Amino acid sequence: MSDIQIVEAPPGVEGAGFFATSLDKAIGLARSYSLWPLPFATSCCGIEFMATMASTYDLARFGAERMSFSPRQADLLMVMGTISKKMGPVLRQVYIQMAEPRWVLAMGACASSGGIFDTYSVLQGIDEIIPVDVYIPGCPPRPEGVIDGFMQIQKLVQTESLRRRSSPEYQKLLASYGIL
Amino acid sequence: MTKITNEELLGSIKAKFGDEVITSVTEPFGLLTIESSRENIIDLLTFLKTDAKLQFIFLTDITAIHYPEAEKQIGVIYHLHSLVNNVRIRIKVFVADGDVKMPTATVLWDGANWMERETYDFYGVVFEGHPDLRRILNVDDMTVFPMRKEFPLEDPNRVDKKDYFFGR
Repeated sequence: MSDIQIVEAPPGVEGAGFFATSLDKAIGLARSYSLWPLPFATSCCGIEFMATMASTYDLARFGAERMSFSPRQADLLMVMGTISKKMGPVLRQVYIQMAEPRWVLAMGACASSGGIFDTYSVLQGIDEIIPVDVYIPGCPPRPEGVIDGFMQIQKLVQTESLRRRSSPEYQKLLASYGIL
Repeated sequence: MTKITNEELLGSIKAKFGDEVITSVTEPFGLLTIESSRENIIDLLTFLKTDAKLQFIFLTDITAIHYPEAEKQIGVIYHLHSLVNNVRIRIKVFVADGDVKMPTATVLWDGANWMERETYDFYGVVFEGHPDLRRILNVDDMTVFPMRKEFPLEDPNRVDKKDYFFGR
């Protein structure tokens, strides 16, 4: 008997030979267990992320085996580390190049708020230039924290409405960052 | 072991230029430190570099310093190294605020290019004759010279350190 666990089916109507559920839930389920992250690692948080990817913590268990180093195939932008103001336009360009639906995870104090780098040359949190879905506190966060943050992203993905990305609220959010 | 003592070095500079080129001489930690003026700095550097005996061929660094309380606020500092004689020298030139200009040293060392761009970037020292004087490390649209004392070190966009979060 295998001990491999398979994800539960989403709530729906089951009968002899058929199973009905809503498209939102089925697609959310599929997306959440096949997220392709783009690791944007600039400093020590990136090292913790490498530990998260490695065998002990093994982010691959969550369907994030495949790192995407091209923004065009990535679903999740993981920003890990201090983003200087000179790096800001690069990060913004990477975000713009990602296809919808896209999620952003800010890992650690620096990416979330600037951290200890309260100085003229450092961006005081990446949410000054791109919208962020999940923040992971810590300096740097432990791999457990990264996994928890990733699972929060998975929950967001599972519960997201298929029409959210074309909603006026979302368009307004992007417009507030000057992204169309 | 250095082949030239600081006294010999100072002596050869004074023999060439006389006393008026150098306004102050100190030797902190054995490093000969002299002050000169904007009018004489390029002549002085040229002499130090090309003199057959001294041969200060290596420009270690150009940087600046800001003393807000001083009459001449901005100081430009040159570090030279004579690789042949294994001796170093430091030259400071102070200029008044509002007249922060210096002649470029790129005529002597190509390596001065980026050093002067960095000094301009952080202190706003305009090096006249520099081939490409623009910011090098900070973002291009920055309007301040961040190492000058009148500009705050902290970023004004920081929100989580505001006093009201701490009951102040």
